[in-house]
Parts: sequence; structure tokens; C-alpha cells
Amino acid sequence: MLKIENLKASVDNKSILKGLNLEVNAGEVHAIMGPNGAGKSTLANIIAGKEEYEVNQGTIELNGEDISELAPEERAHIGVFLSFQYPVEIPGVSVTNFIKTAINENRKAKGLEEMPAKNMLKMIREKSELLEIDRKFLSRSLNEGFSGGEKKRNEIFQMAMLEPKLAILDETDSGLDIDALRIVANGVNKLKSKDNAVIVITHYQRLLDYIVPDFVHVLHDGKIVKTGDASLALELEARGYDWIKEEMIS
Amino acid sequence: MDLKEKIISSYVAFEDGVNINSDIHEIRTEAFQNFEKLGFPSKKLEAWKYTSLNTILKEDYSIFPDKEKSINLADVKQYFIHDIDTYKVIFIDGKYSSFLSETTHDSIDVCLMSSALTKAKYKPVIENYFNKIAKQDNLTSLNTAFSKEGAYIHIPKNTEVEKPIQIINFTTGTEAATMLQPRNLIVVEQNAHVQIIERHQSLTENAVLTNVVTEVYADRHSTVDFYKIQNDHISASLVDNTFIEQQSESVVSVHTFSFGGNITRNNLNFYQKGEHIDSILKGITIIEGKQHVDHHTLVHHIEPNCESHQDYKGIFDERATGVFNGKVIVEKEAQKTNAYQKNNNVLVSDKSTINAKPQLEIFADDVKCSHGCTIGQLDEEALFYMQQRGIGIKEARALLMYAFANTVLESVKIPEVKDRITRLIANKLNVNIGFNI
Repeated sequence: MLKIENLKASVDNKSILKGLNLEVNAGEVHAIMGPNGAGKSTLANIIAGKEEYEVNQGTIELNGEDISELAPEERAHIGVFLSFQYPVEIPGVSVTNFIKTAINENRKAKGLEEMPAKNMLKMIREKSELLEIDRKFLSRSLNEGFSGGEKKRNEIFQMAMLEPKLAILDETDSGLDIDALRIVANGVNKLKSKDNAVIVITHYQRLLDYIVPDFVHVLHDGKIVKTGDASLALELEARGYDWIKEEMIS
Repeated sequence: MDLKEKIISSYVAFEDGVNINSDIHEIRTEAFQNFEKLGFPSKKLEAWKYTSLNTILKEDYSIFPDKEKSINLADVKQYFIHDIDTYKVIFIDGKYSSFLSETTHDSIDVCLMSSALTKAKYKPVIENYFNKIAKQDNLTSLNTAFSKEGAYIHIPKNTEVEKPIQIINFTTGTEAATMLQPRNLIVVEQNAHVQIIERHQSLTENAVLTNVVTEVYADRHSTVDFYKIQNDHISASLVDNTFIEQQSESVVSVHTFSFGGNITRNNLNFYQKGEHIDSILKGITIIEGKQHVDHHTLVHHIEPNCESHQDYKGIFDERATGVFNGKVIVEKEAQKTNAYQKNNNVLVSDKSTINAKPQLEIFADDVKCSHGCTIGQLDEEALFYMQQRGIGIKEARALLMYAFANTVLESVKIPEVKDRITRLIANKLNVNIGFNI
């Protein structure tokens, strides 16, 4: 599904990704771990198409199509979803109406009619129940005054509504207490299928107890330096990252 | 001959068409002399520092357009709020259109200034109210000198007017350039309630300069909701001079939606002459190109225990320029005043300009007065966030702008007006999304 080859990218002329390779197939869950500043969020933002990052070399393909020249919304239309590390507050736009607009804009891009209001409401009800989101919450301004946990739950709610092909969860676990973590992870697991894929970016092993990855990658200094299965995450939790750096040197 | 000379020399002709032996004519003559002395405002005047009329004063305006031109309802229906029943006072090139209007004398008067100024039965009201609060400045004097036609609205006490009243001035462009001086008088007696929608609409690309004066008197415990829709052709300029006097416990709100026109200047003045008065001034300005919108507001707190609320939102793209000058005067006697002023602006383009100037003159000590003014850009992070969810950049910008302006729309009490404004904003921002937020 996603194929990244020799990706080199920079922001403000500062090189961040230095030849990254990653292949994610449908039905898989990949975890990307690594120390601060390794380039994890940069990778997420580059896949989503954030403009301030400059791709200097390499390719990003989604289902065989090079997406590196596409606008962020065009990437969203073909199924890329990024759960933001810091979801943005948009005063004056309610959660419900934001997601309605997003769904209908996605449908418009695919040449479909707007979703009938009845279907929309039904879907909103189902997905908000899945994430144990209160009705009142849906009429509040998007992310405005939300707690960290509410913001993240709202991200996964939007993911559930938009049904992406490739979901990238950028530190979705940060700011979550253990109950919220369980709810969010449960939501992600329910949405998982053989047709979509998930990339989980995290510092901690904790989330991976709930969302069990097929592959764990260690990102260090702009490259993936080690790949393993779920047990690698446990090892990282126990031993930190230094041993990998040492391994690299030797 | 420049415009001022042309106007002065045409006054004699104007006098031929009106009764020069009336009291009103004395008022006109005095105003005429005042204009003759003052001329048009120049940028040297503090109040006109950021708005220059020079370019529009160069046009060769027809001062009394007299070519009659009828228009078909189908061609102008879009400018009416037509999905609700309303009274209508409609003018075409400054002349009353009985065909498009729907006036009444049934317990209330919704009719013509030309009748009110000449017929005996209106004399007491005219004597009490006409030109009593209009300032004696350049452009108001010019309007007073030539005041002849406009809307006359008189709501007796304890009357709830069920239907909103629309006042629309159409210009047909039969002249290469048209100048209009509409004069409105609105008297709302005790405990009465009325809603008014005002619009100036040019139907061609020919130049128009409208210098309108509206006086509103809101007696004790009355409510007046005034909506001004300014979405005219790029060739049409408007100077709106509105003067509002409020008595105790009255509530008057004015919403001004400025989406189009060449130069638009709004002089909105509130005078509070009693206690427990609420004055509400709100506006949304969305302009681009080289358009210019200037809001000059004044709230004069004279008596204690009154409130005023101002909320003006401005969005300026390309080379558009905006001015917000909000003056609040709190007299020594006006203790316990609560005066609130907010002016937020978004400069979409780095070539757009806003000049914002809050002016608070407070002589009382036990008051709450606040003002907040912001000038910013659209939040890039928010735009990326919305794009990431599949919303195109144009739509994302529009949604952000709409959300930004929405605090002003929330207080619009007529749903059809709110819908219309929402649609105008969508058109203005060139998007086709429902803003039902």
C-alpha cells in the first residue's frame, strides 16, 4: 500500500530524513519508535503533505501512485489520514459540522453526492458510541477547550468517520490516561481490516499492548535503523535506545 | 466645474421642485449654506484620514437623475429578502417605485419621506424629529440640503410590527454617473418593536455615489433591529450616515454586512438619552480587490446604567483596505456604564490594509469599558488540519473565515436574513459548502 524509498527531506534547509525506506502492506500495523528528534513526526507530516517540509530525494507511493506532488486534501481523498500529535483548535466550527463538511468534501472529490443527512447522523451516532463520545461533545467547537484525551479521541472519531486506507497515528497515546488509551485503541482495532493499514508513531510501548503491531521500526537520525516484530518494542521499553546506537556504530 | 460647484449651482433648480415656504426649507437652506462652507471632507480631517473620496468625486454625477426607468421584479428579486412577508419601500434612481413597494398606513406608517415632508398630518412628527440628531457635518448637511425622498417609518406605542421592513435603493445606470441623497426617518414609540433591512443596489457598472442619512428615534422600552446589507457593484460608493437616539430601556441593534462596493463609509452614531439602554453595533466586512470599507462608530453614553456592545469582524484580501474607528464617550453622569468594543481583523493578503483605532473618552469613574482589537492572518496549522481531512484549501479558508465572522451572525434575529448573509458569504468566498455551523 505505502512504499517509501530513499526519502530525504528537510525543513528550513535542515536535513531531517536522510534516506528512509518503509513498506506497509494492506492489513498491517506498523509501529515507528525512536528518540526525540529522530524525524518521526516529520515522516508523518510528509506523508500527509505538509508544505513546509521539502522532499529533496526519493519517492512516496500509495497503491503504486506517486503522491509526493499531491496537495494534502488530495492525499486525504485517496485515503491518507493523519491523527495529529497536537490537534488544532478551530473556534466557531462544531465537531459535527466539521466532520460533515470533511465527509462531503471527500465525496465531492470522488464525484459522489453529499451523504444524506439521515445516513450521516446514523454514522455519527455509531462512531461516537464506538469511541464513547458524549453527544454534547459533538456540538462543541472543534478541539476548543478539549482536554488532551478528548482531542485524541476526537481524532480517532474522525478517522472512524472518514474510513481511511492508511491511518498514521502520531503520538496518539500522549496525554491519554489509561481508560482513554483503552477506548482509543479499541476504536482503532475495530476499524482495522485487511484492506487498510495503520502506522503508529509512539515513544512508549504502552499503546502497543493494545494495538499490536506486525512490525516495529526504530527511526534514528532520519533513517530506519532496525526493524523487528512486537517484541522489539518490549526490548526498547526495557533497554532504551542506546544499545541500538551502539549496534549501529559496531 | 468640480462636483461641489455643480451641486451648489444646481440648488436653485432643486428649490424649484420643493415648497420653499415651509419650515423644512429653512432647515435645507441652512444645511446648504453649511455644505457650501465646508465642501466635501478631505483627508486633512481627522475623521477622514484613512478614507479619501477624491477619486469618486471626480465623476460627472447627475445630481437629480430624472430619466424614469422601470425595472422588472424578476431582474431584482434576488436583492429582496423574498422568502418572508415584508413591507417594502423601494426607490429606483431616487424615485419611489409603487410597483415594487408595499407600504402601509394601517396603524403604523411605512411610507415616503416626500409625503411626510409635505402633508399636514405628518407635520407634528416631522417638527419633532426631522434633522434633530443628524450632525451638521459636510455630508450630512449635503443630504439635508437636498432631502426630499426616502423612507418614513412611524411605529406608534405598544406596536409589535410583525413583518420586517425592507428599504431598497436601486440605481439603474440610465445616467453615466448617479448621485443619490436618500433621507430616512424612523420613529419608534414606547414599547414598540420593528425590524428594518436596508440595501443600496446598483444594477449596472455605471458609477454611483449614495450619501444616505437615516435618523432613528427609539422611545422608552422600544426595540429596533436594523440590518444593513452592503454588497454593491465595484462602481458604487456609499456614505451611510445613521444617527440613533435611544430613550430609557430601549434596545437598538445595527448589523452592517459590507461585502462589496467601491468606497463604503459607515458613520454610525448612537446617543443614549436615558437609563438601562442597550446599544448593539455589529459588522462583518469581507472585501477584496481595491475595495475600501470604513466603519466609524460613536456611542455616546450620557446617562447611568447603560450598555453598548460592539463586535466588528473584517476580512481583507488582495489590496482591500479597511478602517475601524470606534469612539465611545462616557459622560461624568454615566456611572455604571458597561461599554464593550471588539474589532478583529484578518489580513488574507500581505497587500491588504486595516487601520484600526479605538477611541475611549471616559469621564465617569465607576464604569466597565473594554476594547480589544486584533489583526492577524489565517492560521496555517488550522488550514493544514482541515486539508488533511479532505477539505480543499479554498473551502478550508472559507470555513475558517466564516467561523471567524460567525459571532456577528449569531445575533441576527431574522433567520432568512441570516441565511441570506450566509449565502452571500459563501458566494463571496467562491465556495459551495453549507456553513451550518
